[in-house]
Amino acid sequence: METLRAAWGLVAGFDPALYAIIGLSLRVSLSAVFFSLLIGAPLGAALAIWDFPGKRVLVVVSNALMALPPVVVGLGVYLLLSRAGPLGQFGLLFTPKAMIIAQTVLILPIILALTRAAILPLKREYGELMAALDVSPLLKLRTLLWDARIGVTTALLAGFGRAIAEVGAVIIVGGNINGVTRVMTTTIALETSKGNLELALALGVVLISIAIAVNAVIYALGQIGQRYQEGV
Amino acid sequence: MAFATLELRQAEVNRDGRRLLGPIDLTLDSGGITVILGHNGAGKSLFVKMCHGLFAPDKGTVLWNGRPAVATRQERGFLFQTTPLLRRSVRANIEFPLLALGSPRAERRKKVEAALQQARLDTHANAPAASLSGGERQRLALARAAIASPSVILMDEPSASLDPASTKELETAVRDIAAASTKVLLVTHDIHQAKRLADDVLMFAEGALLAHESADSFFTRPHEGAIADFLEGRL
Repeated sequence: METLRAAWGLVAGFDPALYAIIGLSLRVSLSAVFFSLLIGAPLGAALAIWDFPGKRVLVVVSNALMALPPVVVGLGVYLLLSRAGPLGQFGLLFTPKAMIIAQTVLILPIILALTRAAILPLKREYGELMAALDVSPLLKLRTLLWDARIGVTTALLAGFGRAIAEVGAVIIVGGNINGVTRVMTTTIALETSKGNLELALALGVVLISIAIAVNAVIYALGQIGQRYQEGV
Repeated sequence: MAFATLELRQAEVNRDGRRLLGPIDLTLDSGGITVILGHNGAGKSLFVKMCHGLFAPDKGTVLWNGRPAVATRQERGFLFQTTPLLRRSVRANIEFPLLALGSPRAERRKKVEAALQQARLDTHANAPAASLSGGERQRLALARAAIASPSVILMDEPSASLDPASTKELETAVRDIAAASTKVLLVTHDIHQAKRLADDVLMFAEGALLAHESADSFFTRPHEGAIADFLEGRL
């Protein structure tokens, strides 16, 4: 009880160290979501809309990659960014940029696959109308992406949820350096092992709050989407 | 007034080695309302979709003003039996064909406002299109098909799922469109609707075009065979 009170004191008292960690976590995960959106949404839409050789293989691979263990992603990105690796010259290892890259790799398949899943039923629904109006491929892509925006946003939130909660990838490529690469999950792991439960618990409360907020937004978006799909 | 000319030469549609439609030779170059009649499965919908260019014939040609139907779809409007709606507002649905044509924003806004008023949908302009009733949806579909002022609108059984009041409204709108010099090709299996609307008639049975003649002649002169069976309601 004493620990819980102390943890709440850190949150309510706007403890600078606590909020610096929360800020870095949000910056890393939101950046990863942004880059995954840029790459994953158009790719997911293209996979839903057009047929091309190798499409089935791509779909199977992208679906399989959704279940990638974070430590494996961390290891892969570590090998790429380490001094002997192909991108070693950029000196990105143990920086927030390396963590953003790792989380982007981790959530890209989720955003791609969920975007594809959001667009597929729309493609069937709009098929005849698009054909009758002879809509250009670019307008078709824009229309389907925009009209599936609630599903795409849900994909982004799911990606964000996965990124903000993962520990394996960021600890390998970030190194958990105090004030530089220490994020909520890695801090919880470290502080718990040190017996500093107040800070770990405070961060746990924040993480749970974020999870609840993300799910509330997903639910609200679902309600809006239903109104435009079914008119109720 | 010169109307768009539709020319079919030996046009055929085959699926799995079976002929579903044709061969059809036909020239349509008059205005007004051409009603396409026939029982279910006679090939009416297939015909009208092929004429719009939703697919090319397996054999022969379908040309509008000498150009393939498939390549000139944006010059015509098409009304489906069940209105496909974008998951957007009523306004955005009506605007969409103008987006496909690349019309400037100011022109789009002006035309959409006029279309909303004409279709009596202005009070629902910002509501989700999915919230409209069946009759309102078909009014939206008609406004959308006519928004780009096409020279021809093809309609595939547009009143199939409407009640009598909505059907009457739709028929009035179809007459207004034809009166404004837009050629209308309308599919129906309702002989009474055909009598109310048709200037000329295309009669199909089992994928073959049995007759093309003026409505006056078609509904008054004696017929034999499949046409007589259809007109007299024999099953």
